[in-house]
Amino acid sequence: MTLPKRAPDIVFEGPPGLGPDTHGEALVSQHGFSARYDLDRENGIFSRKEHDLFGISYVNKILIFPTSKGGIATSWMLSEMKSRKMVPLGLIFASTNPVMVQGAALAGLPIMHRCHPHPHLSTNSGDVVMMEPSNGRVSVWHTGASE
Amino acid sequence: MRLTNEEHDIMDGKSGSNTRDALQYQIDVGEFFGAEQFVRVRSAHLASDAESLREFGVGYLQQLADTGIKFRIPTTTNGQASDPARAAELGQNLIWAKRTEQIQASLETMGAYVCNTCVNYQTIDQPTLGENLAWGDTGTVIWANSICGARSNFEAGPAALMAGITGRVPAYGYHCNEQRLATVLVDCTASPSGRADWGALGAIVGRQLNDYWKVPCFVGSHLSPSPDDLKALGAALASFGSLGMFHWVGITPEAPTIEVAFGGKPPVATISVSEETIFNLINEYVPESSKADLVVFSAPQLSLFELKELSIMLDGSKCHSSTRLVSTTSPIVRNEAARLGIIRDLDRAGMLTLAGTCFYVMAPHELRATHGYHTLVTDSAKLANIIGGYGYNAVLRRTEDCIKAAITGTIDR
Repeated sequence: MTLPKRAPDIVFEGPPGLGPDTHGEALVSQHGFSARYDLDRENGIFSRKEHDLFGISYVNKILIFPTSKGGIATSWMLSEMKSRKMVPLGLIFASTNPVMVQGAALAGLPIMHRCHPHPHLSTNSGDVVMMEPSNGRVSVWHTGASE
Repeated sequence: MRLTNEEHDIMDGKSGSNTRDALQYQIDVGEFFGAEQFVRVRSAHLASDAESLREFGVGYLQQLADTGIKFRIPTTTNGQASDPARAAELGQNLIWAKRTEQIQASLETMGAYVCNTCVNYQTIDQPTLGENLAWGDTGTVIWANSICGARSNFEAGPAALMAGITGRVPAYGYHCNEQRLATVLVDCTASPSGRADWGALGAIVGRQLNDYWKVPCFVGSHLSPSPDDLKALGAALASFGSLGMFHWVGITPEAPTIEVAFGGKPPVATISVSEETIFNLINEYVPESSKADLVVFSAPQLSLFELKELSIMLDGSKCHSSTRLVSTTSPIVRNEAARLGIIRDLDRAGMLTLAGTCFYVMAPHELRATHGYHTLVTDSAKLANIIGGYGYNAVLRRTEDCIKAAITGTIDR
């Protein structure tokens, strides 16, 4: 995916995150996230029926959530998923627990949180997102894909 | 982060490249959360189940063990993906037993105590007030912080592994006084009784807060929860809300009064929990079929008292032939339960009592596909919360209703 040449529609700023810069398609949820609780890792889709992303592929997408949830398994699972190329491109939370950061650090995945305004409220699935963790910046280009 | 001379030496490679990499990993995580320094920890508790690690993790730990690196501090292991001695009886793909044994061998080589328990605090390692830890499983962390007044963040698998190697963790979150203060008041007028009720209480509060950085403080002076009650409460708070700590006024050590628990600040919110709220939470879990495929007592692993209670409630009855009845406990507790004749009674009832595992880490998606399981009845709110993601119809019910489902093979719709 190439970045649009025009200026981003929104830029979110927050504390520095972890991992390399990346860009790609956003997949936005209003629910929390746990790899163990929510994913079918074999098929790369959300498998929890109650999740607002149920049945949707998370592979090679930048996932945006209000919060992390649940337990600790995601810390290993991100690396395991990466070893099979069934992994998201990056993770953005309004606020995350340590588990997601510990997992992303091992897997070398970009992760950010506490950006303002909250990305999950101002970004749509299908938008183009650029993550710059070291600068604490997320740029978003609306595409209208989810409308 | 500010490093000590010893930590600078580690970063200079004087303790080897793997220890340096471990500390760098911890610096990365610590700086993400604004930690300014490290704090030494007395023990680490490491989640390393094969269901999470799979081929990647098995190889990762094997490579690490092959370097000769050793844990600097006592490092215990959480529940594994299989009870290899009983995997065939359960009908579990033996690849999980094999991977479990490979993981255990690597961690033993590194000096871990391969105890395979998520209730280490009930059997192995009882923390003291104020000490710092690097514990993994969320149920163990919320217990250490809340019941013991010890200090740990969620140090998930690789984080606990690195802490075991370096003997320290970045000092942020629950290592710091400010984070340990209560923020939300929970007025509990209900009188929960048994694992399902206590778990439901945790589910209600956890769901509403749903934020690792919030700390509920329960008020309910009419209640005297047992350690097993608090175990179920804490596990559900952590599962539904990703919470790392709670207070209970008059019960937990950092909450002698509401004022102390909140540090003199007002609550940002108040949650009320009544009998009706708990009843409604349990009944949110609706059976899609009247057939109870599985009845599971697990998550967290059962204590000796809980196993004995099940044997008493079964009272010589046999599990229905079309229902699989399973419990999980720690290896230490299972051995003791066997010595005391409890396992014999549970065996006669048709219950398979697994050691060193927990149902939701046993590749439950495969068990479902292999055996055609769909409806899983449990008194564990934590298990009910997790197992839906693996394609099960989770039904949370009180222990007596679970026993009835096991005996009759059916669950009331």
